Amino acid sequence: MLSPDLLAEAGRQMAICNACRYCEGYCAVFPAMERRRTFTDTDLVYLANLCFECRDCYYACPYAPPHQLAVNVPKVLAELRTETYRDYAAPRFVSRLFRRNGLAVGLIAVAAVAIVALLVLALRGPSVLFATHLGEGAFYAVIPFAGMVLPASALLLYALGALLVGVVRFWRDTRGTLRELIDARAVVRATRDALGLEYLKGGGAGCTYPDARFSHARRRLHHLVFYGFLLDLAATTVAAIYHHVLGWQAPYPLGSLPVVLGTVGGVLLLVGAGGLLSLKRRSDRQPADRAMLGMDVGFLALLFLTSLTGLLLLALRETPAMGTLLAVHLGTVGGLFITLPYGKFAHVAFRYAALVQNSIESRRSSGA
Amino acid sequence: MSDRAARTFDVLVVGGGNAALCAAMTARRAAAKVLLLEASPEAFRGGNSRHTRDIRYLHDRSTDYLTGAYPEDEFWDDLFRVTGGETNERLAGLTIRESADLGEWMARHGIRWQRPLHGTLHLSRTNAFFLGGGKALVNAYYDTARRLGVQLAYDSEVRELDIREGRFLSAVVGREGESREIRAKTVILASGGFEANIPWLKEYWGEAADNFAIRGTPYNQGRVLRQLLDHGARPVGNPREFHAIAVDARGPKFDGGIVTRLDTIPFGIAVNEHARRFYDEGEDLWPKRYAIWGGLIARQPDQIAFSILDSKVMERFMPSVFPAIPAHSVRELALALKLAPTALEATVAEFNRSVRPGPYDPSGLDGCRTEGLEPPKSHWALRLDVPPFYAYPLRPGITFTYLGVTVDERARVVMQDDRPAQNVFAAGEIMAGNVLGRGYLAGFGLTIGSVFGRIAGREAARCAVA
Repeated sequence: MLSPDLLAEAGRQMAICNACRYCEGYCAVFPAMERRRTFTDTDLVYLANLCFECRDCYYACPYAPPHQLAVNVPKVLAELRTETYRDYAAPRFVSRLFRRNGLAVGLIAVAAVAIVALLVLALRGPSVLFATHLGEGAFYAVIPFAGMVLPASALLLYALGALLVGVVRFWRDTRGTLRELIDARAVVRATRDALGLEYLKGGGAGCTYPDARFSHARRRLHHLVFYGFLLDLAATTVAAIYHHVLGWQAPYPLGSLPVVLGTVGGVLLLVGAGGLLSLKRRSDRQPADRAMLGMDVGFLALLFLTSLTGLLLLALRETPAMGTLLAVHLGTVGGLFITLPYGKFAHVAFRYAALVQNSIESRRSSGA
Repeated sequence: MSDRAARTFDVLVVGGGNAALCAAMTARRAAAKVLLLEASPEAFRGGNSRHTRDIRYLHDRSTDYLTGAYPEDEFWDDLFRVTGGETNERLAGLTIRESADLGEWMARHGIRWQRPLHGTLHLSRTNAFFLGGGKALVNAYYDTARRLGVQLAYDSEVRELDIREGRFLSAVVGREGESREIRAKTVILASGGFEANIPWLKEYWGEAADNFAIRGTPYNQGRVLRQLLDHGARPVGNPREFHAIAVDARGPKFDGGIVTRLDTIPFGIAVNEHARRFYDEGEDLWPKRYAIWGGLIARQPDQIAFSILDSKVMERFMPSVFPAIPAHSVRELALALKLAPTALEATVAEFNRSVRPGPYDPSGLDGCRTEGLEPPKSHWALRLDVPPFYAYPLRPGITFTYLGVTVDERARVVMQDDRPAQNVFAAGEIMAGNVLGRGYLAGFGLTIGSVFGRIAGREAARCAVA
């Protein structure tokens, strides 16, 4: 259940914005708002998920606090997004737990998986954990292939399933038919908007993040995170093909495709996530929702740790530290997967759904 | 502030809106030492410029953000039409000509222009829209001014000016409960009008002024304007006149800006607190007659009016900041508005009887009008007959005042003896009455402020260095 007070407050602010419309050049939220005269709860949820929190509208708003009309759109929409992620994620008790303290829950998940891995290894004796393993199949000498891949795959499937349930629910609530989800033109435009982070451009100015000055830093760092993440995904896919199709066992040589993709991806992710964490730390708290900020930090910290432990594992894979690092790295990957549908990762799904909806809507209203 | 007090600045800029900022940046670029004093706290800096959205300037071709040319003779005609000739032709011509490079100059000083969006924002031919509106403009200028090395002080209201025989010596500034004297070789006064000074408005309007909403900053108290006039500056503009539109009576007393304006009147009827109509709601095209309704309501009892509509027309105007008051019948609507039910019923019935059928076209002067009704509704007259009925309470919303000080072509303040002050300059609303003595032209206040701000900045720097 979304909070009625919060919905009422978002509706109050949108009515003010709709009578003003000065911000319509910044992003997709305001043109989408202008297509409506009144705002249902689902309209507000949709607008909230269309917001990239670039904050341009906050600093440009003559009605921002301390003005008595107290308009703070990035904050109220972030609050509503936080509730969306909680409300639409399945199962809900997990999402509630996560929402209360994103970073702590993420780290506990990491620790739990890593400890389990280490315990299992410890039972197999120090000769396995602290030995130097070299050559083909070295990783699997520490943790057997099945023990590594099966739990990870199960966790990932669970995470993606939970998220999918949430997005389908969100789509049905805010728009209706499933047929529209396969509107090719809308999907193409939404994908272009998403891949280019169109709405962090602020109509060309960039976003006012971390403070009142315009900057493209956040968009660029986000690109590093996103494309680094994709490269790591590609590395894993290539490695899977090597393993299952070609029958080659990890570790792969330094010049090999999975290692190159994984390393470049890992470095991008490390720099991107680290940079975003530093931006968040310095960011103006006035237009921020604390819960959302907590989620952001939790997710970024896990991404940062995942790439850090992965790169360390690569660097030290021919030393006795490999076994421990492998367990810790798998722990961070496991923690990341467990928290995926409840934390900030959910924005990928909900934001994308909102972008598709936005491109359907804007095409209709322009009569094309 | 203490070291500032001891120092002498080349140029002291009083005010913190568009004109003040244009002046400060220009003077600083001419190597002057500049201090800008903004009376408001930082959160509310920028005066009435915070509520602007577009600027009118001369241009000879279309651009990415203007749909066509706006030549000098057309600009002149527009200005002449709205002022009815109440303009200083030399200064008006100067304003128009010197506006030609504003688009490019503003972009160089940090302003970003808005490009057309997919079908939502319709760009204009005569006016360019800046991205994010007036507060974004003000933010950009403060940022640029700071980087150029202009010294900025907020919460700093100028209380007194020491001007002797047309020569400025110093200003007394109130800041954090203390008064300090600041000396400067020249001063640029860009502190706006007096529309937020209710006691001053009462000198002309009596108790009615208590019922006015002030659309802009509460910091436009006109203290500097009064000081200048007291020191013998020659006034310009009718002190009783202001530009005012109809705003939602439920809005804030000050600083409601754009959101409280209502453009519902042509779609129904407007009645006063006696439930009687008082003016032709369909006289001319919206928004050309936009400006008259503030003044009309200011002259009604208790300065209140109600826009009465039925459900046929509710989607035809810009969404309102507060919802319309609904009712199932005219009688019920009257009760909700605390009007006499029989009086409102009679007014609506009489209006409905007088409506003659005709082609309805809200975008032009159509043929829907009343017959035998006083006052008539000349266009867009549709019967109020489809419930639910709706109403908006209306108040006069004051945008700006016309009273100001006379200036010459170098933006110098002209004294009663017709001689310009040696080192006292003015820009923006405090002198806009020289050019716009009456009426309203969208985006033209910023034009005057920008042009005279730059002239004042240039001339003050020259005067200080000489």
